[in-house]
Amino acid sequence: MNDMTPIQTTLKDWESDQEVRWCPGCGDYAILKAVQRTLPEIGADPANTVFVSGIGCSSRFPYYVESYGFHTIHGRAPAFATGIKLANPELDIWLVTGDGDGMSIGGNHTMHLLRRNLNCQIMLFNNEIYGLTKGQYSPTSREGTSSPSTPMGSVDHPALPCAFALGSGARFVARGFDVSKELTGVLKTAHAHRGAAFVEIFQNCIVYNKDRFEDFAAPKGAEANQLWLKDGEPMLFGSEKSGGVKGITLDMATLSLKVVDVVDGDWQAAGVIVHNVKNKAVAHMLVEMPFGPFPMALGVIFDDPRPTYEDAVHGQDAKAREGRVADLGKLLAKGQTWTVSGTAADPI
Amino acid sequence: MATLLADNEPTATTGTPTPEAVVVRFAGDSGDGMQLTGGQFTLSTALAGNDLATFPDFPAEIRAPQGTLFGVSAFQINFGSTAIETAGDAPDVLVAMNPAALKTNVQALKPGGLIIADSGEFTKRNLEKAKYEVNPLEDGSLAKWDLLAFDISALTLESVKPFGLGNKEALRCKNMWTLGLALWMFDRDRAPLVEWLKDKFRKNPVLADANIAALNAGHAYGETAELAGPLKKLHLDPVESAPGLYRTVTGAEAVSLGLVAGAQLAELPMFFGGYPITPASAILHNLVKLKEFGVTTFQAEDEIAAICSAIGASYAGQLGVTSSSGPGIALKGEAMGLAIMTELPLVIVNSQRGGPSTGLPTKTEQSDLYQAVYGRNGDAPLPVIAARSPADAFDCAIEACRIAVQFMTPVILLTDGYIANAAEPWAVPDPASYKPFPVEFLGENNNPEGGKVLPYKRDAQGVRPWIKPGTPGLMHRIGGIEKAPDTGDLDYSPAVHQLQTDARKSKIDGVAKAIPAQGVELGNTTGKLAVVGWGSTYGPIIQAVRRARAKGQDVSHIHVRHIWPMPENLGDLLRGFDKVLVPEMNTGQFKTVLRDQFLIDAKPLNKTSGQPYTIAEIEAAIDEMLA
Repeated sequence: MNDMTPIQTTLKDWESDQEVRWCPGCGDYAILKAVQRTLPEIGADPANTVFVSGIGCSSRFPYYVESYGFHTIHGRAPAFATGIKLANPELDIWLVTGDGDGMSIGGNHTMHLLRRNLNCQIMLFNNEIYGLTKGQYSPTSREGTSSPSTPMGSVDHPALPCAFALGSGARFVARGFDVSKELTGVLKTAHAHRGAAFVEIFQNCIVYNKDRFEDFAAPKGAEANQLWLKDGEPMLFGSEKSGGVKGITLDMATLSLKVVDVVDGDWQAAGVIVHNVKNKAVAHMLVEMPFGPFPMALGVIFDDPRPTYEDAVHGQDAKAREGRVADLGKLLAKGQTWTVSGTAADPI
Repeated sequence: MATLLADNEPTATTGTPTPEAVVVRFAGDSGDGMQLTGGQFTLSTALAGNDLATFPDFPAEIRAPQGTLFGVSAFQINFGSTAIETAGDAPDVLVAMNPAALKTNVQALKPGGLIIADSGEFTKRNLEKAKYEVNPLEDGSLAKWDLLAFDISALTLESVKPFGLGNKEALRCKNMWTLGLALWMFDRDRAPLVEWLKDKFRKNPVLADANIAALNAGHAYGETAELAGPLKKLHLDPVESAPGLYRTVTGAEAVSLGLVAGAQLAELPMFFGGYPITPASAILHNLVKLKEFGVTTFQAEDEIAAICSAIGASYAGQLGVTSSSGPGIALKGEAMGLAIMTELPLVIVNSQRGGPSTGLPTKTEQSDLYQAVYGRNGDAPLPVIAARSPADAFDCAIEACRIAVQFMTPVILLTDGYIANAAEPWAVPDPASYKPFPVEFLGENNNPEGGKVLPYKRDAQGVRPWIKPGTPGLMHRIGGIEKAPDTGDLDYSPAVHQLQTDARKSKIDGVAKAIPAQGVELGNTTGKLAVVGWGSTYGPIIQAVRRARAKGQDVSHIHVRHIWPMPENLGDLLRGFDKVLVPEMNTGQFKTVLRDQFLIDAKPLNKTSGQPYTIAEIEAAIDEMLA
């Protein structure tokens, strides 16, 4: 987020004149609309907003937003964002990356941006596949993913972007998915967080990984399959219609999460946990919670701000500059010097 | 200078007549503080008004095992009462702090030269480590040199006894004892050293006092030794220099100062993204102390992030700078391509070292010229500038900044390990003597009639406008994909790629019109032989050409700063010579570029030993070319 005067805009103001070139039906369209809906709601100023991306389908995003945009190189968007933000902290930076861009080739930069806590929003579109290179498995692909580079199924264990983010020291971690109505709300909260705000967005690649997230994202069964986390509210999901209201509780014997039935709405009796966005230990458990035995944890999982990197850098720079004058002539003549007059040298 | 020394023959040790230049090499264990000793001796030399050049030569290991041959660290200085251009071919005096230092350095010593050795370190164990079967101080094997061996260790311990230091700490004062002796030998004032020690150890006055006592004891020892042996006191008159204010400067310092000056002349804040690498880290260390000049430094997570952050800062309206050495520059290649494609200013400093791969981290080489000129995917031209000496690096850094902002392009500045570490006297320039080149950002729509801003609308020189994000009404998108002219919209149609490739090339070619014509350093503008150099070979080449001309040979020295694009007159200039010789510390890279550009029969002279050229090596090549 950025400290700024709110500007009146509409969704239309955020549409660039470029033809969108994603495949028809791609989840990226829905994310683009969600962002273009979010920006007017937060009062963002197009002149002060910069979308920075790496390489991949998701990274074409900046071309379609009527703001400043920098489509950089594979995996390195966090490094460009760091330079931009340090050079001009007034700019509001949205970083767009994917599971290949941000977790594979750029995993290193993602980690360092998060640990430094650069004030920006990071949207990682996770479609669990390499789309733009035609369908190879990615670092988030599930084991056994059959792809042109893994015809017998992938054998390596997938990375969990939110767990990676928390492990890297991120102070804001959230999850959503492309067509979700809640995505705008998640993005608004991410923007309101001062510091690096990491949002994993599950995104449907209709060509190479079609309906990969249908198991939890499909409207049918959504109630039972999605746990939308709200700060201060119990972790409840499901309904009488879907086979009963359930909740998440902490099994004290194993110190792990478990699903409990909630009878007659008495979640307290069932021991259901109240979501506290500042609880990092529970956040770790929520991001690791496997879908199937558990619902998919969505929404704002962790939100606990600390001072930002650019504030620390500029604070220290200001201190270093205190009482010092930038006199180039004096700087050049610094140290032990001597003057030559005629042929004799006189130390001074 | 070494030329005249050779002509005069008498050396520091034989006394009369007084030579015009002397070469001294300090060699010891990497933990002995030889670089510090050399640095302080350099300062005292500069303060005495002598011209000088230095060559620090140290191992890649921080503290190599004590007493080993590979752990030897050396510092050579050439100084005199005439102009000095190189660190000297062969030392007149070798100070050897242990057997390993003697073994690895004595063969370089001039016949009749003086060895000063710390006999206290020539123990059985140290002799074994240096692979000496018998003590060379005693077996007559050093007969062709003058030898002065005495127990510096014991003398040092004696001199610092009153301060109650532990044995290890006390022995650390050995380098100051040795420096004291050297100061006596060359008739130097100890006062600046005493001041420096007091300041260095201001938090520990006992150490300051002990070091001063060692310095004084070494100095006093000279008086005594003079009576007994080959040691003679020698006074070299100050060199005749243009009047003005002088200081010593290393290449790394000069680059840092030049970048700061360049940013000031461009009226921009500077953003420096770096990652630690030898021998380039010193630039980061220097700039971090200059924040009041609008400098922001960022130690990135890797070389790639270092350059990408700098490009990000340039995009946001600052002067982005990054610096590294060969292996790091290799990692930055893709990002350089993006800066070329998006046409953003950027300065990339490469302090070259021996390669490939990790190669020789602490030794010098000029083998990254191909990498600088050609080393990127696609047709990716960018200007390349090479500094010839530590002091020259200041002007080159300013020039790199100027070209970067005036042509909206990344620029590579080549220095090398030798330039980065070596020191030389520098006539402190007046900042007012440099013409400012203030940057103008696009402030309003450059396409008022058409509506949409045109970020890739080129001016007469083919340069696009610089637009800072945050500027109202100028929102636009840039990236690494091929783009339409003017609008910058994605467009990779055949005709557009042809047009934009040509436009990027012609813009960089046009830099040739904005740089000075190539001159001749020494000699005529036509003749039998041109010795063409670039970078740090300047010193040995100019001296070799001077000697050759003194012998009556028809030879000129041309030294090229602008490696790419080259000065417009360079081809014609070279064609005015019957032969062209290109000495380089690589296998012939600039020679190949010259042949390619001008279809001339440039002959290579190559050296890749990690050591700078000696004058004699180039002189011999000149003789051969003219034979």
